[in-house]
Amino acid sequence: MSIRIAIGQVNPRLGDLQANLALYEQRIGRAAAENADLLLFPELSLTGYMLRDTVPEVALKLDSPEIKQLMALSRKVAFAAGLVEESADHRFFNSAVYFEDGEIRHVHRKVYLPTYGMFDEQRYFARGDRVRAFDSKFGRLALLICEDLWHPSTIYLAALDGALAVLCPSASPLRGIVDQQIQDDNARYWEMINRVYAETYSLFMIYGNRCGFEDGVGFWGGSEIIDPFGQRLAKARYYDEDFIAVDAGFEAVRRKRTMSPLLRDEDLDLTINELMRIRERPAAKPRLKRRPGWAAKSAKKVL
Amino acid sequence: MIQIPTNTALVRQILVAFIRNEVLKTGLARVVVGLSGGVDSALSAMLAAEALGAKNVLGVLMPYKSSHPDSQAHAEMVAQKSGIESLLVEITPQIDCYFEKFPDADARRRGNKMARERMTILYDQSMRWNALVLGTSNKTELLLGYGTLHGDMASAINPLGDLYKTQVWALSEAVGVPQVIVSKEPSADLWSGQTDEGEMGFAYREVDKLLYLMVDQRYTRAELAGAGFSERFIDDIAARIMNSQFKRRLPVIAKVSQRTIDRDFRYSRDWGK
Repeated sequence: MSIRIAIGQVNPRLGDLQANLALYEQRIGRAAAENADLLLFPELSLTGYMLRDTVPEVALKLDSPEIKQLMALSRKVAFAAGLVEESADHRFFNSAVYFEDGEIRHVHRKVYLPTYGMFDEQRYFARGDRVRAFDSKFGRLALLICEDLWHPSTIYLAALDGALAVLCPSASPLRGIVDQQIQDDNARYWEMINRVYAETYSLFMIYGNRCGFEDGVGFWGGSEIIDPFGQRLAKARYYDEDFIAVDAGFEAVRRKRTMSPLLRDEDLDLTINELMRIRERPAAKPRLKRRPGWAAKSAKKVL
Repeated sequence: MIQIPTNTALVRQILVAFIRNEVLKTGLARVVVGLSGGVDSALSAMLAAEALGAKNVLGVLMPYKSSHPDSQAHAEMVAQKSGIESLLVEITPQIDCYFEKFPDADARRRGNKMARERMTILYDQSMRWNALVLGTSNKTELLLGYGTLHGDMASAINPLGDLYKTQVWALSEAVGVPQVIVSKEPSADLWSGQTDEGEMGFAYREVDKLLYLMVDQRYTRAELAGAGFSERFIDDIAARIMNSQFKRRLPVIAKVSQRTIDRDFRYSRDWGK
């Protein structure tokens, strides 16, 4: 099955849902005009990224009018949106929602919320607790949000759960300058793992990153679509708005998996057994090191 | 051999995009920048001209009677080369008027006063011209606290604040800042004969390497010593960074309520933009 995949590399307005809904509508219209079947938007692109205390103000319940509006738009073209989802018990999730034919087909709540260095996500968001592939009219897909993919367990699970393509909405900031490189160091790392994952798990990597600046932090754009052979089918501009669309034949997954049946040979029981063993192993638990001073005294009490 | 990456092509692209994005999203299209004749303000102005178009950048020259004559000539050179408009506002009358009342003020007080006088002029011009004030402080001086709080450190947006002086020099050459400005010895030009390196007691290229390892690469004190830096130098720089932390923060607010600005009232500067 050949489907036309598009990525809307947008620069949303921070904390302005209405402006960003208009942005979505425009890009969805363009995707439909270019006969795209599936459109990916970046992480939190309906709200902006550095939301901080605006998280509860821009959060959407899945039965809200804005979500209904997005559902209606998905009659034109299927798409994945990045937004703040509020659960019935008022937790806020950094979520990606997959819309198709007027319905929500899947919601992924970001599991790995970076909270170090320049990142502060766990202060504002609740953590997702599942990684699941899901069925779409194009075949089985998975949604993993940005930092999720920096933990190889997530793509491993998605692949074993049958995903033929991984959609990755991202809000990846540019950081780190290295000489003789046309992109920043973060972009370099992402491009490496996108390709490695596509080839290793014999699937399509559909990576949608945002652009623009928030409080001086730039997002490097560079959205891309990589096929199971590691070939880059399309690449968006770095550091600027862009829209890309390309035909991707999902039969490439079959060809690649026929040639290298790595997933077929994956020993799930072995992995599960070893993970259970590692979980129970004392060494896997944090050990209290004996240090002079207060640390040694408190360690004794704990023991 | 410690090499601070410069990648001028990429940094130039990022900073031009930064200026364009951060200015335009405020609903304005113009910036004003103080042109001192030095390399930092020259670079800021030229990047802004590239980002916004020369007609949207105003360079303001604000000499004091003791400023080096080269400073004004170099500032005019930058305006000419980049095609931006320039405006001359001498600050001698108001500075001298003030210090007539405090004739015993030392050079540092006078220098700070001049820096703050220039700041008020830039902010006034920014309002007159419907523009943002473009900053020119680099990472080296911000970390060392070698700047005047609410003076040259004040700005709306600053493209150079994450670049060490070494990187500013490299980028300035790539962007085409006149060579005479890139090559000359850095000076705040607050009093005659002042040079940054003379006043601080070390060379920018040396301290930049130390700062790069200490701040960017998070080397420990032992690792820095292992990289060849003297313990005295390491401790001096560490102390300068700690002692100038106040300059890099908003004023301290006494917490009284449940929600205090910048402590538990946290919004991005670009909120709604």
